[in-house]
Amino acid sequence: MPLNKSKKKTPMPAQKPEVRRRNFNEVALGYTEEDAVNEAQRCLQCKKPGCIQGCPVQVQIPQFIKRIAERDFDGAIKVIKETNSLPAVCGRVCPQEEQCEQRCVVGKMGEPVGIGRLERFAADWERAKGVQVPDLPAKLSKKVAIIGSGPASLTCAGDLAKLGYDVTVFEAFHKPGGVLVYGIPEFRLPKAIVQEEVEFIKKLGVEVRTDMVMGKVLTVDDLFDMGYEAVFIGTGAGLPKFMGIPGENYLGVYSANEFLTRINLMKAYSFPETDTPIKVGKKVAVVGGGNVAMDSARSALRMGADEVHIVYRRSEEEMPARQEEFENAREEGIIFDFLTNPVQIIGDEKGWVKGMECIRMELAEPDASGRRRPVPVKGSEFTMDVDTVVIAIGTGPNPLLIKATEGLELTKHGYIAADENGKTSREGVWAGGDIVTGAATVILAMGAGKKAAKSIHEYLQSKK
Amino acid sequence: MFKILEKRDLAPSIKLFVMDAPLVAKKARPGQFVILRIKEGGERIPLTIADYDAEKGTVTVVFQEVGKTTRELGTLKAGDFIQDFVGPLGVPVEFPHHKKVLGVGGGLGVAPLYPKLKMLHEQGVEVVSIIGAKTADMLIFEDEMKAVSDRLYVCTDDGSKGRHGFVTVVLKELLEQGEKFDEIIIIGPPILMKIGAEITRPYGIPTMVSLNPIMVDGTGMCGGCRVSVGEEIKFACVDGPAFDGHKVDFDELMKRLATYRDEEKISLERFHGSHECK
Ligand SMILES: Cc1cc2nc3c(=O)[nH]c(=O)nc-3n(C[C@H](O)[C@H](O)[C@H](O)COP(=O)(O)OP(=O)(O)OC[C@H]3O[C@@H](n4cnc5c(N)ncnc54)[C@H](O)[C@@H]3O)c2cc1C
Ligand SMILES: Cc1cc2nc3c(=O)[nH]c(=O)nc-3n(C[C@H](O)[C@H](O)[C@H](O)COP(=O)(O)OP(=O)(O)OC[C@H]3O[C@@H](n4cnc5c(N)ncnc54)[C@H](O)[C@@H]3O)c2cc1C
Ligand code: SF4
Ligand code: SF4
Ligand code: FES
Ligand SMILES: [Mg+2]
Repeated sequence: MPLNKSKKKTPMPAQKPEVRRRNFNEVALGYTEEDAVNEAQRCLQCKKPGCIQGCPVQVQIPQFIKRIAERDFDGAIKVIKETNSLPAVCGRVCPQEEQCEQRCVVGKMGEPVGIGRLERFAADWERAKGVQVPDLPAKLSKKVAIIGSGPASLTCAGDLAKLGYDVTVFEAFHKPGGVLVYGIPEFRLPKAIVQEEVEFIKKLGVEVRTDMVMGKVLTVDDLFDMGYEAVFIGTGAGLPKFMGIPGENYLGVYSANEFLTRINLMKAYSFPETDTPIKVGKKVAVVGGGNVAMDSARSALRMGADEVHIVYRRSEEEMPARQEEFENAREEGIIFDFLTNPVQIIGDEKGWVKGMECIRMELAEPDASGRRRPVPVKGSEFTMDVDTVVIAIGTGPNPLLIKATEGLELTKHGYIAADENGKTSREGVWAGGDIVTGAATVILAMGAGKKAAKSIHEYLQSKK
Repeated sequence: MFKILEKRDLAPSIKLFVMDAPLVAKKARPGQFVILRIKEGGERIPLTIADYDAEKGTVTVVFQEVGKTTRELGTLKAGDFIQDFVGPLGVPVEFPHHKKVLGVGGGLGVAPLYPKLKMLHEQGVEVVSIIGAKTADMLIFEDEMKAVSDRLYVCTDDGSKGRHGFVTVVLKELLEQGEKFDEIIIIGPPILMKIGAEITRPYGIPTMVSLNPIMVDGTGMCGGCRVSVGEEIKFACVDGPAFDGHKVDFDELMKRLATYRDEEKISLERFHGSHECK
């Protein structure tokens, strides 16, 4: 029987909404040792734990939680790292309410065990004391190239390095980490953590080369010519979608990618100490309902906007954002305009945004995806008075590398076609993460990187 | 880190760097550009590849000091390093079937024009070019252009060298005299490209321009560099920067280029504050 029968999760210390809405420091502060042990004691140590099934990489959840309850934090992180190489990241950004925690039996009678919080605690505990580099096997003198440096790539690179391969990561940007550095904001995932993860894979012997826009600087063929025997493509889903409505090129209209990249990667929040500017007005509308929209809206607030709206064409239930981030956003004062769809953006004579015309929507019968389809309500048009618009309605596959690579079969939406091990139609080339699945999650990208590493290893072992 | 091998002052506030960048040099083609970042905390700015030498592993860029980053760049010397130098980016230009081409370059636009004309010249295409600047001492790449042109016209706004007036005046004259070209390439400030494209439009001669919208990544992931070309939205960094000048919405481009005027001023003033009084 659990020692802690509370129906609620042990609360997570956090910055107060009225304070955090104006700074970029991390919102959730993390459990203390006492908090963690206390929360771990809510776990029933199920014989047939549902939670593990809910986790895409099958973290042995009851085992690690048991160790936390026993104050064996070393043991706990060891268990986690058997299957998850980026726990400090996942503990923070996994949509636990749809994954591990959704299947937790404790959740049937109250709140589930705070698995994500505990995972984060164990990872942070290890980081605080300094992460040990494992003993590495003898080198195999075989080279593998990894394109991109998001979670799929970092995981694939780390696993292959641990097997003794010479791994090189080629990243287009000046900083590795993918969406973890350019997309997800500091207040949700401190960049120092991503940096440490990258440093860790470097300690495993992985070479990380930035400023390498693959397909331009080097092609996949060049990599084979250079002696790489296998290539993993983890380039993500970075192509921004626009709405295709009039006025999208007015000044003050951003794709979420541009908005977040300027702020996170280029550190526009420190302008003019840093050189990259951004224009965030007084009244901001963010269009979309996913994590990207939440991050954009909350970043706009922190950049000093007075009023920030999230404009979403469906209702609250359909919103794909993580529950926790939705709640955080609401607490911080973001205004949600559900069942609202932009029709056009209105500009002034100099080309600056001064408003956005929207139409109200209502939900009709469920469509093929099972979600109720929003349809416009005739005559319900109205104009929102805004000076900045951020479009966060999704992304597609960036064709730059794909176009420069022959023999890669694509899906009908332009993503790379790969089997369950990440194998593509081209010999020696694997792919995984968002470039295969479309925009998904960190943990799924990591899972794909892991499977590909295993498959690459088998291939290179049999090749000789 | 990328080393500056050579630095030359071409004109007041226009400088040339020869960079040690073997990978960029190996793949570079006319029409492409790089994105550079001077140091941590710096912004990413695009500069056209003005010349390259795959054997030596060098890439030449020419820049005009207009704001904080280009001025800071101008303070660097041969032997110094810059943090990031990414490329070649953008789509290379190709002219497989041309016999005769006219190149029009205004101000700094002569630098991006040069590699295209050089390639055409090497292909045996007849090259006529018109280059211009505000004043004689602002004129760049005159010798280089002479070397790749069958005929070269030089203009200055103030008449201090060559023809008195804008490059577009000579462009207009040549067309009015009935001279025919397979293509006309116009590169310079947006207003010059706009006026130039209007001059060539009635003659139905294909007119290529090279656009310079504000960029961040240069890989097609931010959409900040979007331009309207005909009915379509294009990302200049991956679909361009060269486009059909008869289809480009130059007015929109010019407006968008002004997005950060206030911030750019703050940035530059701050830079002056920390630099000029030392
Ligand atoms: C704002 C935002 C918030 C999110 N929030 C969450 C969240 O809370 N929880 C969650 O689980 N998921 C979240 N996601 C989704 C998650 O981040 C992605 O699913 C995940 O990062 C995908 O990983 P990846 O390795 O496939 O690619 P990415 O992380 O996209 O990395 C791809 C990398 O490849 C590089 N690259 C691209 N093309 C080239 C090229 N030609 N040459 C070299 N390098 C190239 C890119 O620069 C990038 O660094 C969020 C996404 C965004 C944008
Ligand atoms: C494809 C391309 C090729 C270019 N080639 C050259 C070149 O060969 N030589 C050259 O001198 N200049 C070139 N430019 C323009 C050059 O990038 C800008 O002059 C430079 O970024 C100005 O930076 P700054 O900080 O010194 O000035 P700022 O004061 O910050 O800006 C001055 C003006 O430059 C433009 N600008 C600002 N930031 C950017 C940016 N990130 N990207 C593009 N434009 C910006 C804006 O219109 C701004 O008002 C090119 C631009 C593009 C898009
Ligand atoms: S990796 Fe994500 S889904 Fe798996 S246990 Fe950790 S938080 Fe849950
Ligand atoms: S399902 Fe919940 S209670 Fe059961 S083992 Fe998993 S975390 Fe513990
Ligand atoms: S500069 Fe970002 S898409 Fe072109
Ligand atoms: Mg600048």
